Amino acid sequence: MKKLTLEELKKIKEKAQAELQARTSEGKDKIVVHMGTCGIAAGARETLLAILDEIEKRNLQNVVVTQAGCIGLCEYEPLISVQKVGSPKVLYKYVTPEKARKIIVQHVINGQIVMEDVLSSE
Amino acid sequence: MPKRAHILICAGAACISAGEESFKSALEKELKNANIFEEVKIIETGCFGTCDLGPVMVIYPEGIFYIHLKPQDAKDIVQEHLLKGRIVERLLVKEVELKKPLPNINELPFFKNQVRIALRNVGFIDPLNIEEYIARDGYSALGKVLTEMKPEEVIDEIKKSGLRGRGGAGFPTGLKWELGRKAKGDEKYIICNADEGDPGAFMDRSILEGDPHSVIEGMLIGAYAIGAKKGFIYIRAEYPLAIKRLTYALEQAKSYGLLGENILGTDFSFDIEIRIGAGAFVCGEETALIASVEGKRGMPRPRPPFPVNSGLWGKPTVINNVETWANIPEIILKGANWFSSLGTEKSKGTKVFALAGKINMTGLIEVPMGITLKEIVYDIGGGIPGGKKFKAVQIGGPAGGCIPAEYLDTPVDYESITSLGAIMGSGGLIVMDEDNCMVDVAKFFLSFTQDESCGKCVPCRVGTKRMLEILDKITDGKGEMRDLEELEELAKVVRNTSLCGLGKGAPNPVLTTLRYFRDEYIAHIRDKKCPAKVCTKLIHYEVIREECKKCSICFRNCPVGAIFKDYDGTYVIDQEKCTKCGICFQVCPFKAIKKE
Repeated sequence: MKKLTLEELKKIKEKAQAELQARTSEGKDKIVVHMGTCGIAAGARETLLAILDEIEKRNLQNVVVTQAGCIGLCEYEPLISVQKVGSPKVLYKYVTPEKARKIIVQHVINGQIVMEDVLSSE
Repeated sequence: MPKRAHILICAGAACISAGEESFKSALEKELKNANIFEEVKIIETGCFGTCDLGPVMVIYPEGIFYIHLKPQDAKDIVQEHLLKGRIVERLLVKEVELKKPLPNINELPFFKNQVRIALRNVGFIDPLNIEEYIARDGYSALGKVLTEMKPEEVIDEIKKSGLRGRGGAGFPTGLKWELGRKAKGDEKYIICNADEGDPGAFMDRSILEGDPHSVIEGMLIGAYAIGAKKGFIYIRAEYPLAIKRLTYALEQAKSYGLLGENILGTDFSFDIEIRIGAGAFVCGEETALIASVEGKRGMPRPRPPFPVNSGLWGKPTVINNVETWANIPEIILKGANWFSSLGTEKSKGTKVFALAGKINMTGLIEVPMGITLKEIVYDIGGGIPGGKKFKAVQIGGPAGGCIPAEYLDTPVDYESITSLGAIMGSGGLIVMDEDNCMVDVAKFFLSFTQDESCGKCVPCRVGTKRMLEILDKITDGKGEMRDLEELEELAKVVRNTSLCGLGKGAPNPVLTTLRYFRDEYIAHIRDKKCPAKVCTKLIHYEVIREECKKCSICFRNCPVGAIFKDYDGTYVIDQEKCTKCGICFQVCPFKAIKKE
């Protein structure tokens, strides 16, 4: 490997910092995928994978994805909730992988709630 | 695929010996079984500091802290936490008083009350990945000094910060560098002293295992400041994991061009080599260490000349301890004013301590100077286990001293600790409770230094031996009152006339225990009693006739057949045969055996 210059050091830093971002959830948009047994049976795994895929494709740095258990609304699974920084939490119902991709583009990136899929909002 | 969770598993030596490796492979297997191996990232980090709770790990982004992990726990963590988002409550830390589980790593009092500078990355990054270090501002300080600062400005900054040597003596680092820069000679050396040998101390090992690049960067900055081209890290062979990670880090730094010729495109060149010591305690003394690096027998020599003028192969050499080097990059990046805002008037910044002994949270902590011993023992360390009474804290290793309960409010800084007869030392902190005999403690430390004495000078070689003989006499119940005076006089002679720090410090445990716990010595000598019931020659076991239920458990468990049945069926201990092993005392279900 050739010698690093100061500029290259900075580039490595930026790239690696993005990676380390995964170790903090402060000041980030949160997507929670509800993955109780009911959620998984309804296809929450595929939804989660679609969300991760979309985040990677669009290189979204400021989003954390976590998982949560059943909240008792098994009928509406797969459920996901989206909370942008400073905005109320929005719970989406029947989130198929396609809907998940749409929610990411429309809500997470552009800040427009996808009204037709909303189950409730704070 | 982006990783939705980062699992940081502590791979410090303590967690590894507690079974970290088998847990990690079980976790990987479960992740693969659940088909989510690709979605998470497992990172083995350096020591978290919570060694008592090991093996431990944190799952980010939530920051959930799991403890006492066993391979069979892996399934629950994967199935519950990572798949369903349900925290596995039984693996959380329970707050001692509230009995309430504390899920988040940042809520723990142990972490909340710390200020981490030297340990800034330990437990948070992968020590085998230089890019994670770079992401946390690593090598930015090096970039700054090489492009924006003159060597003199670097020295000024370190001087202004008030940083003092963390190896124990507390010599101002900036001043040492200035002397090194001014010393005549075109060939100069930098040495990192990683020969950590105090019983119970593992600060330097944890830094080298968890964040080796911070030490390398510190040495690079020091080399630039004094004009050295070559550096050595002297580390003991008993630290195989630290050596492995350090070797790896050095190779990485070389392959990135951060060590070698023309670093970061400038005309500054520097290289580092590792020297492995055979683990002689005296080699932590700088002149003995230098002799050992040169390939000679590790023995100290009189100073002056000091190593800054005539060190390695007679050339000017700046030698600093691991923790000191790890502080340097942060001081350069955040500035001397920031660093000197922490701590007390004469002791700036923070200090890393290894907590050991009778304390709930044994482990590694970094606290601002000036914090009181009470805060360390109770707020961070969680107090004494089993509701026992605090007795003393031994600070500074075998050359340090015992500080009793009445000085618990003493601020921890170089001057205050020295005024109590102990030393700051490298940061070993051993807590003792009412069950510790202070004469026995003094004997333990003295037998350590006596063993490690290199034998070059008479006061240390002979003096410590004679002192130890007196202590043996006292704990055997053969002591006389004049032994105390002789012990004190000998201790002062050894302290004042020994060649190096080992001999000068060796009497400290004896002197401090004589100063603060003289009544315990007197009890051993005059009453032939050990108040803490530790010294076996001074205790004896006896069956309380009225309490004895004649169950024969003591009789059956005595390993030397010293217990026999009396005319009425109660048991009696034959004091001639008894070896005072204490087994009968432990096994008696009716507490019918007394220990005196």
